[in-house]
Amino acid sequence: MRRQALIALLSYWRRNWLQFFTLLAGLALATALWSGVQAINAEARASYDAAAATLGEGQYTQITANNGLPIAVEDYVALRRVGWLVSPVVEGRLDGVRLIGVEPLTAPQGIGTTALSIEAELPSEPTLWVSSGVSVDGVTTVETPELAPNTAIGDIGLVSDLLGAQGISRLLVLSDQPVRQPPLESVVQGLNVQTPQGGSDIGRLTDSFHLNLTAFGFLSFVVGIFIVNGAVGLAFEQRRPLVRTLRALGVPLRTVIAIMAAEMAVLSLLGGVIGVVIGYFIAAALLPDVAATLQGLYGADVGGTLAIRPVWWLSGLGIALLGGMAASASALWKLSRMPLLAGAQPRAWSMQAGRGRVIQTIAGLFMLAAAGIFALIADGLVTGFALLGTLLLGAALLLPMVLNAALALGQRLAKGPVWEWFWADTRQQLPGLSLALAALLLAMAANIGVSTMVSSFRQTFVGFLDQRLAAELYVTARDEEDAVALEQFLAGKVESVLPIEQIDVEANGLPAELYGPIDDRTYRDNWRFLSQVPQMWDIVQAGEGVAINEQLSYRGDLQLGDMLELPGITLPVVGIYGDYGNPIGQVIIGREVFKELYPDSQALRYGVRVLPEDVAALTDQLVSEYGLPEANVINQAGIKAYSLDIFERTFTVTGALNWLTLGVAGFAILMSLLTLSGMRIPQLAPLWALGLTRGRLERLEILRTVMLTAWTFVFALPLGLALAWVLLAVVNVAAFGWRLPMFVFPTSYVFLLVQALIAAGAAALWPALKLGRTPTSHLLKVFANER
Amino acid sequence: MLKIRDLQKSYVSAGQTVQVLKGVSLDLAGAETLALTGESGSGKSTLLHLAAGLDVVDAGDVFVGETNVGKLNEAGRAHLRRDVVGVIFQQFNLIPSLTVEANIAFHARLAGKYDADWCKRLADRIGLTEQLGKYPEQLSGGQQQRVAIARTLAAKPALVLADEPTGNLDEETAAQVIALMLELVSETGAALLMVTHSSALAAMLDRRLHLRAGQVA
Amino acid sequence: MNARVLALLLLWPLAAFGQGFAGLGSDADGFALPQRGYTFDFPTDHGAHPEYRIEWWYVTANLTGDDGAEYGVQWTLFRSALAPEEAAGWSSPQVWMGHAALTTEDAHFTAERFGRGGIGQAGASDQQLSAWIDDWELDFSHMTASGTDWRYDLSLSETGPLVFHGAEGYSVKSAGGQASYYYSQPFLAVDGTLTIGNEDIHVTGNAWLDREWSSQPLAEDQSGWDWFSLSFDDGDKLMGFRLRGADTYTSATWIDADGGTTAYTDGAFMAEPLENSPTSGPEVPVLWQVQLPERGLDVTVSAINPDSWMPLTTQYWEGPVTVTGTHTGRGYLEMTGYE
Repeated sequence: MRRQALIALLSYWRRNWLQFFTLLAGLALATALWSGVQAINAEARASYDAAAATLGEGQYTQITANNGLPIAVEDYVALRRVGWLVSPVVEGRLDGVRLIGVEPLTAPQGIGTTALSIEAELPSEPTLWVSSGVSVDGVTTVETPELAPNTAIGDIGLVSDLLGAQGISRLLVLSDQPVRQPPLESVVQGLNVQTPQGGSDIGRLTDSFHLNLTAFGFLSFVVGIFIVNGAVGLAFEQRRPLVRTLRALGVPLRTVIAIMAAEMAVLSLLGGVIGVVIGYFIAAALLPDVAATLQGLYGADVGGTLAIRPVWWLSGLGIALLGGMAASASALWKLSRMPLLAGAQPRAWSMQAGRGRVIQTIAGLFMLAAAGIFALIADGLVTGFALLGTLLLGAALLLPMVLNAALALGQRLAKGPVWEWFWADTRQQLPGLSLALAALLLAMAANIGVSTMVSSFRQTFVGFLDQRLAAELYVTARDEEDAVALEQFLAGKVESVLPIEQIDVEANGLPAELYGPIDDRTYRDNWRFLSQVPQMWDIVQAGEGVAINEQLSYRGDLQLGDMLELPGITLPVVGIYGDYGNPIGQVIIGREVFKELYPDSQALRYGVRVLPEDVAALTDQLVSEYGLPEANVINQAGIKAYSLDIFERTFTVTGALNWLTLGVAGFAILMSLLTLSGMRIPQLAPLWALGLTRGRLERLEILRTVMLTAWTFVFALPLGLALAWVLLAVVNVAAFGWRLPMFVFPTSYVFLLVQALIAAGAAALWPALKLGRTPTSHLLKVFANER
Repeated sequence: MLKIRDLQKSYVSAGQTVQVLKGVSLDLAGAETLALTGESGSGKSTLLHLAAGLDVVDAGDVFVGETNVGKLNEAGRAHLRRDVVGVIFQQFNLIPSLTVEANIAFHARLAGKYDADWCKRLADRIGLTEQLGKYPEQLSGGQQQRVAIARTLAAKPALVLADEPTGNLDEETAAQVIALMLELVSETGAALLMVTHSSALAAMLDRRLHLRAGQVA
Repeated sequence: MNARVLALLLLWPLAAFGQGFAGLGSDADGFALPQRGYTFDFPTDHGAHPEYRIEWWYVTANLTGDDGAEYGVQWTLFRSALAPEEAAGWSSPQVWMGHAALTTEDAHFTAERFGRGGIGQAGASDQQLSAWIDDWELDFSHMTASGTDWRYDLSLSETGPLVFHGAEGYSVKSAGGQASYYYSQPFLAVDGTLTIGNEDIHVTGNAWLDREWSSQPLAEDQSGWDWFSLSFDDGDKLMGFRLRGADTYTSATWIDADGGTTAYTDGAFMAEPLENSPTSGPEVPVLWQVQLPERGLDVTVSAINPDSWMPLTTQYWEGPVTVTGTHTGRGYLEMTGYE
């Protein structure tokens, strides 16, 4: 009996291959989107982790020299001899390969060891462990696949020799330190301790990119779940008559449900496997860009090839199975409560959906209320993402209600019977399309939100670059003596020379970098402040106030007018400026005060203001006449162009993902319409009989989908902007400690609308054409035959 | 009002060409009611569909008033259905997304002949004044057919074509519905061609024509 | 997987540490070997001997707190050479490892440091007895070491002469002739402070320095040793060890209160385990019967804290003991090669 019932249930698919395809494709696409994004994320993360482990950054407090020069080995030993457990790292590039030298006897656990396994052959000669494809002349290399790409790691002695390095690039501070140790400055002066305040530079910057991707992964997951839910729900709805027949023939309900659940599990896994494979190709296609983006942005190397990582393909299968089973659970539950004789006719829609809609609306409002509460209390990533989740889910749940209201308004305003029917009929179709439309809503909102975030980030960052890289040239002196000579050399040749020097201080007990810039129009013209008092620069240069960066204002809870205590002086805060990508607090005081406090400080770096057309000549002079190494002269235009290029690449990835999400939502619409089209004929036939041509009905059908898309967009726009706000003002603050100003980009939203309308129109085209080509005899059958 | 001459129509079914109408002629004057009877497959519904411009004529002529339906293109036929004739089917006559009231008014408004008083009277006549705000699926089969009749007559067509309008109803209800229809048709002065397999119902009309195997018997 | 494994990979001969003391029996290619009849030269011999493969500065101290509580302290610096030479800078083949421990009756604190030669992070002076790694320091006037939550700072003073083991400091370790240079300073008075957490404890007592260097101190078949340094209440002292191999090999030195010595060759000194005890490492004997019949010695040696396991890169048991029987006193016990 079970076998017969199974055959009967499966035979349904043979006759309805399109629906079978819909279901499988829905599952596969949702899984693909999810696992594709996961794959990109996992891959980037894995590469980054390897890099982080190789560098030892992100976990350990580090010590570097204030002047950026190497630390003497004697200073390292001096620190060790008084109980500072630090380990030296020498770092540099040799023929494009990143060489890292560690001191294995003192290195903290886990440094440089991610890739090295105990099984590795014991070397009998100087050896470098290298990532695949890397070779270094004259040195035995051992390929270690898990090592960060384009990296070689070896003993500090060997690497120092290879690089010709004098001294140590930086010191890692071990997490376990002896019970007693003297202050750093009493041992060696001029060193700078960088505590990992929730992650080091590379960590937090790379994280901001991952955050972007994580948000996308999350959103695509939600979109995917909607599609799976829709496909499964329809498949069950359609088989209700069959189930009735089986039960009438004496198959127990429990058997039917068991068979259908098992069938669903198999289908889910099948769709999941296909989806993971597609996801892999999506990721593989996008990964070079991801790699390029990360590499460019943060100097972190990402492997160009995609490894199949159990994490993401398992999660992909899990999602497919979970989504499939969750969707079928509600359908099976409905089935189990269905009276034997009721509901032989599939009812994909109904005006009686009233009670369900009320519940859904209440649930949606509840979600939005929760989102409101989260918005008020959100102070971390978890609440930030909870806010995102409740906001999106609430909006998706409210969508049918909102659309229904919009359509009712349309109906009331409609002129003529055809248009009245058009609106009324659209309303009636809403339940059948609402899942697909919810997917579309989320896809559009995600696109608006993420692109707003990325664009805002870019706009802010470009402004920041203009501010911080205002000088045409940046030059670095080799030592203090050289610096004095360099200042003399430049004097008179250029508009102005801006010394860049910093002292590590405690500002209200918080670690901060203290700057004392000269009074120059460069600062007055280019610096933008989040808030400032009038004549701010005058007050600062007069030594009567300080400007601080946003990080310090957040961390120290400092507003304009608050007093900031610095070593030797206490001044009011008169300006707060945005500072992106820098985790440490900054304080700017007047030049004279700075010199009074630190008379011995000597800048080594300088910004040089010079007419743009003179940049090349001056560079030449500095190198050939003055004898400064070429690497010590940096053209800011180059840096800016480079930085902008990086953002363009970020856009490539987000842009591609935008299209993908939208495409999947379009597919959901297509499949919903195709499934509904069979049921549409009895609804449209009377209109045809009353004198509307099939061509007109066809155009109305396309218009309906496009119109629904437009209405959904109207709803998606504020949702997307809210999403962007959450990402910028809540999640970003939680993750990185600064709030990004939000910019809106109306033209890009219009472009998105056009994109979405095209996608929706394309999705509606086939079902509409199919409808328009329906033979009249099929239409006539509606009126005569028992269906 | 309706003049059919030597009408022929065939369909391709399961790879075989089936000649459904083999040269049928008939005349229907204004305000006259004619019952078209015959076995299943005799071609009576096909004849009605061709007269309504729902299907395309193979050969022969169908005149509705002065219009030769066979010469019309799709838009012309749609125009015919909208403005000149009214069709009542066995089922699915109504537009499920519109209320009873909107359904009744729909055809008349489409044809630009909407008359609120007349619609109200029709609703009263079919006894559904209380049900105007409901949707078709909330009505019984008999009520639905009465709404279909009201909708058709609301547009005051010159020719009413009814294809087994009571085929889904029990005998008693069927007789009531037909009586109502005849009453309303005679009030508007329209001609009526009704396809039915029931001799009892056919007897309620002015004339009766029997089709057998695609020809007038 | 940890940094130590990387250390093994990058500096593989250091594997001698990782492979345990048994590895000390490996070949001595290129390294100098101890010679019978060597004349010690001080202060030079207090310093490092890079031409030998392995060397240590090893202090153990039995201490008593003001309240009478017993403590033990260990300070050890090992030197291991990858090549029989010293060089300046990162290219030095000398590798240093420090072990320190502080033992109470119910706790055992340990710490470990690594360093490389050539840069001054760890080493030993040839001008006087002075050895160090990081901030751990040892000379004849003070000794200090620390872990994350403990520390000791002890003043030392010599109260007797240096003592030479075996044949004038040439200490034979097996019937096959493996040997090391071995001298001690067992006469060190101690006064200082132990810090455990936030608590400072004033202690006094005595310490014992062992200096030993060699290139091949153990025979192939020897798996480990049990080493005793005992200070009796009457002022006499005894150093005795038992090397476990195919045959047990023993050696001992009796040290009179005035520093006079008598060396005993294989078989004279006997040590038998009486009772095993679980530790944070393997099970080891913590109760011993120790005999030196020629001196009428028959004592029971028992661990003050049975769990004095050193859970470091090289693992062994090292802790203070008390002596009862024909003689009474206290001392230190070291047991290696247990698994």
